[in-house]
Amino acid sequence: MHELTIASALVEQVCDHARDRGASRVGSIRIRMGALSGIAKALHFCFPSAAKGTLCDGAVLYIDEVPLTVMCVRCDAIKTPSGHYNFRCPDCGHPTPKVITGREMQLASIELVGADAPPAGAHASAGATDNSLSSQGI
Amino acid sequence: MCSVCGCGPGTHHAHSGHEHAGHEHIGHEHHDLVLIEKDILAKNDVYAEANRERFERLGVFALNLVSSPGSGKTTLLVKTITALKKKLSVAVIEGDQQTSIDADRIRETGVPSVQVNTGRGCHLDAHMVEHAMEDLPLVRNSVLFIENVGNLVCPASFDLGEAQKVAILSVTEGDDKPLKYPDMFAAATTVVISKIDLLPYVDFNVERCIGHLGSINPDLDIFQLSATTGEGMEAWIEMLTGAATQAARKALCHA
Repeated sequence: MHELTIASALVEQVCDHARDRGASRVGSIRIRMGALSGIAKALHFCFPSAAKGTLCDGAVLYIDEVPLTVMCVRCDAIKTPSGHYNFRCPDCGHPTPKVITGREMQLASIELVGADAPPAGAHASAGATDNSLSSQGI
Repeated sequence: MCSVCGCGPGTHHAHSGHEHAGHEHIGHEHHDLVLIEKDILAKNDVYAEANRERFERLGVFALNLVSSPGSGKTTLLVKTITALKKKLSVAVIEGDQQTSIDADRIRETGVPSVQVNTGRGCHLDAHMVEHAMEDLPLVRNSVLFIENVGNLVCPASFDLGEAQKVAILSVTEGDDKPLKYPDMFAAATTVVISKIDLLPYVDFNVERCIGHLGSINPDLDIFQLSATTGEGMEAWIEMLTGAATQAARKALCHA
């Protein structure tokens, strides 16, 4: 169930961005998942149901998996442990609790599709809102 | 009409997939790549920070209790409340998928308790905690226990705004559990090794378990206790009382 919550949070955030930019739908989503999150496959599986009926419906989900790297204070270097359950330096055996990469759950980028809409930033309604806000400010 | 290449609706000429600076044009739809670079759970973190700020302002010492199902969280909580309530105000938010059995057990101790049923969800999030507080008015300089859904995976990712995340690990579960669920023990600030009265009957090596915990998170504060016999409870209660006093003092300085 965890992955469904993550998928729903992802869909919600992407839809907010898509709406803000006046897109008609989302073409694709690229996210970064750390190896420790362990839900990349499950996320692929439940993303379509989380996206159903939203602007993300039909979007392609790309997941870049970030490998686990840890800091070894004895070697004073960043190392890749031999397994996810082994928090020790592969070279000197010293405990390596400090995770450098591998915990990420980040939304990297989205591809927005707007039917015959001008490019992002120059969108008519978004532009008008920006202008009216700035003129009120003056 | 497309403002970039000038093609209009209904013109079905072949120009799929051509690219302009900043946007790509496939068929008659604009495809804009937007860089976001934000945590997926950013929204939860905003709610968590708001909760944390509220706890700190009111001098509420908040703890998020996480464990596998059956580690004895509720029993430990009942015994802890019984010892604490003479000196401090205590309140409890109980998270479970279904039923109000746990909240009812807590209320029997005489302290206020709210049950949050997560339904199909496997963890509490910061927004649920914010809503739970609507039914559980926070008392100044008090202790708030948030008992999470029994699960060692998902609650690791969801900050609730707590001061301490306490992972409870019972000796009936195996001393290698920290290695199997490293994310939770890395996210925790405190570990309680519970049911130590059962040590003679189970194959659980406390030293080995503490070694595993240290390799994942050397900053963990570790307690060994039995809620049933009371062994080790004193140090645990002392820590809670000390931290609650400190939270109250800090709030006073900020006021």
